[in-house]
Amino acid sequence: MRRLLSLLLVLMLIMGALAGCGQKSQETSDKSNQQNANTQQVAQETTYQRNETVYFGGGLWGPPSNWNPLTPWNAVTGTVGLIYETLFNYDPLKNEFIPWLAEKGEWTSDNTYQITLRDGLTWQDGKPLTSEDVKFTFEIAKQYSEIYYSPMWQWLQSIETPDNKTVIFKFSTVNYHEWAYNLYQIPIIPKHIWADKSKDDILNGANEKAIGSGPYLFDTYSNDRMVYKRNDNWWGIKAMNMTPAPKRIVYLMVQSNNVALGMLMKGELDLSNFFLPGIPTLKTNYGVTTFYDNPPYMIPDNTVFMFINTTKSPLNNVELRRAMAYAINPKVIAEKVYENQVEPANPLGFVPAKAWEEYYDKNVVDQYGYTYDPEKAKSILDAAGFKLGSDGVRTSPDGKKFKLEISVPYGWTDWMEAAKIVADQLKAVGIDAEAKFPDYSKYYEDLTKGTFDLSFNNFGSQVTSTPWTLYNWLFNKVQENGPQNNGNFGRFDVPGLQDLIAKFNQTKLGSPEAKQAAAQLEEIFLKNMPAIPLWYNGLWFQASNAAWENWPTEHDPYAYPVTWGGRWQTGGTMMLMKIKPKASQ
Amino acid sequence: MLRYLIKKLYIYILTFFFAVTIDWLIPRFMPGDPILVLVSRFSGLPESAKVMYGYLIKAFGLDLPLWKQYLNFWIALFKGDLGISIYMYPKPVLDVIAQAIPYTLVVLLPSILLSWIVGNYIGAVAARHRSLDSRMLPIFYIITSIPYMWLGILLAWALGVVLGIFPIAGAYSFSMRPNWSWQFVVDFLRHWILPFLSLFIVQIGGWAIGMRNLIIYELEANYSRYLEALGASEGLIRRYAFKNAILPQITGLALQLGTIVAGSIATEVVFSYPGMGYMLLQGILNQDYFLVQGVFLFIIIGVLLANFLVDILYMIVDPRIRLGLGGENV
Repeated sequence: MRRLLSLLLVLMLIMGALAGCGQKSQETSDKSNQQNANTQQVAQETTYQRNETVYFGGGLWGPPSNWNPLTPWNAVTGTVGLIYETLFNYDPLKNEFIPWLAEKGEWTSDNTYQITLRDGLTWQDGKPLTSEDVKFTFEIAKQYSEIYYSPMWQWLQSIETPDNKTVIFKFSTVNYHEWAYNLYQIPIIPKHIWADKSKDDILNGANEKAIGSGPYLFDTYSNDRMVYKRNDNWWGIKAMNMTPAPKRIVYLMVQSNNVALGMLMKGELDLSNFFLPGIPTLKTNYGVTTFYDNPPYMIPDNTVFMFINTTKSPLNNVELRRAMAYAINPKVIAEKVYENQVEPANPLGFVPAKAWEEYYDKNVVDQYGYTYDPEKAKSILDAAGFKLGSDGVRTSPDGKKFKLEISVPYGWTDWMEAAKIVADQLKAVGIDAEAKFPDYSKYYEDLTKGTFDLSFNNFGSQVTSTPWTLYNWLFNKVQENGPQNNGNFGRFDVPGLQDLIAKFNQTKLGSPEAKQAAAQLEEIFLKNMPAIPLWYNGLWFQASNAAWENWPTEHDPYAYPVTWGGRWQTGGTMMLMKIKPKASQ
Repeated sequence: MLRYLIKKLYIYILTFFFAVTIDWLIPRFMPGDPILVLVSRFSGLPESAKVMYGYLIKAFGLDLPLWKQYLNFWIALFKGDLGISIYMYPKPVLDVIAQAIPYTLVVLLPSILLSWIVGNYIGAVAARHRSLDSRMLPIFYIITSIPYMWLGILLAWALGVVLGIFPIAGAYSFSMRPNWSWQFVVDFLRHWILPFLSLFIVQIGGWAIGMRNLIIYELEANYSRYLEALGASEGLIRRYAFKNAILPQITGLALQLGTIVAGSIATEVVFSYPGMGYMLLQGILNQDYFLVQGVFLFIIIGVLLANFLVDILYMIVDPRIRLGLGGENV
């Protein structure tokens, strides 16, 4: 028996040894085989040189599993922007459309838009990129209504390609704003590869080893990283006289912000798009670069709104919603929760970006806007019949008690703290409110299915080329059945609202008509407060100068330093052309 | 003996069926809608989100009545198809598990086995020496009650950031790609050592306490006293005590090995180690029915297999069971 037991132990030891250093034994035999081969070349391929490689993080939240440009929202960050490219890039800092695949694009009549492609465009496999590819990219969504941009075919009529370089789009209804947005959103895909794919492959395929036209190639990936390699035959090197600086981009999946912080301090992470606390310390002690030298350090990127369920009593009462807007002071959130890395939002929730500012109608805001003023909030509530009880809590005009729940996802610690602050501020004017932290999936179900009271969200408020995207999100059409997907979670509606959004969409960018339509929407928003803007979430950006330098800052704002999925074409790609490896290396 | 095994086998099959059914049911009882969560990653125009929601609900078969989904689940299972992960859409669940499991095994297997061996050994030694015991016991208790997370952060901070001996994140350097070279193996082991240590150290405590208590119990048992009275050597008595004490420890080890597929969430998150634990956690948070189902399926199989092995092992190790099985005195 004793022998058996010791045998068992030995067996287990061997198992442990195998699991622990099994590679080692295999290694030895493999190594001897390899020694004959050119070892130096192997070493070059398997270890990336520090001065040729950048390490980025903050845009990869799951193991890489999808590079399908037709499901870009789910694809690994960089799929669009590094591998696949759009007709235009867009710079939110200067509000500029940067000709990319397109050399130029212009309205040749009221309903035709003509794009001229650049000369010498090629796919990564060497085949030429022509107008046929552009046409195919759009028409594939006509064929398969499951593709996300298929609703476009309700207003896009036809596409013609008179020659290899020209694409003419004809519209039945011209949605100028939406079109401009799509110009830098829709990645162009190669017809010679995608035309032969099955429907299932097109819609559901992972598209591993993706082949696009962009400056970086799909190199390799594992569960915690995605590696891109520079495309040395990229068309842009000649056509735009730009060469991407890093030979490789290693995009890391970092599971917690602590790890990101540690790696940034050690100089192992070159760029972080994570929210990290303690920026002043990072700057002074570790030489970390942020866009602004002083608070808020970060560029405002999107607005966090508190959505109000306008279908629920007593929240269907406009006066209550307006009073809440007066009662909330987002400044406290910016100070206490974010150490002033964010700024309180303006009454419209417009991100202070160049493209949006011109639509910000000061007269409307002055007339219908609000500021933090708890006394005013109390007087509105008193006048509307929300009587203050002896317990300091108000009842609804029909005499009922009510308690509002502010729900934010569990684990989003900054939002959780902010929700508690908002609850306290509402209590201070007599509105009984409590912060609740359900799991993300429950939070999102309540939000989209309309069973919440108050809830934070920012998924559609990021800076774009037009505030039409904001209003299309804030006031999206109320669904009769089914969930309210990504927009207008409070199910707010007034007659004519959808027509007004459509009208805004159909005005030329920056025209007086556009501004007028925007002003009308702003008025409706301020009069009804279906959501309360709280603060601007930043474009979290911290860059280490240990190995790479010349990052974009306020002193040299050459690009919007974003590497989040679907955003590279608004700055991240351009940044790669200008950063430099540190000379001392 | 064969009859005993067949009877056990029936019980295992029945248990498997019920456990898998529960495994299928429980994720679906969670509040929330996985497809909504998936579509919420989309930040484009709301019209497009609607199009995708409708398509994905169908693609995952979640528009069917529940009984039909359940039936389809069993049919697919017998074909070896665990479905497509929602969290890592469109990757098949089997691929997700296959990619993550090596990292989990590489860290967990050695730490579980080595801590078991070392812990039992220390425990057994401590039980023999009163003076050693009184000093070791508090240490064991402290070690075993350390949270993995805390020890992990402490190790990462001390050995990784302050001393800079070991890297703090990843399974191998972010500047390397897997290849058969000494350089890579050394790199891999350097990344492996901290997650391994944090698990190994904490687990030693538990095994040592268990072994120590069991040995002391056995040494106080009547048969030990009887042997002592007969004048048997101390070594002989100890050997008997050890053999009896090891039985519960084997059960414990087997159960731990059975649930190994679940990984160790805390350790993986602290060291950004790409194993199963993080994947399972994300699967649950994203309501990934198929991934959660798949992982738990392997846990069920693991636990049942482990139990089965223990049954067999017991027969070998413990003569009372082996001889009792003939049916004379069960």
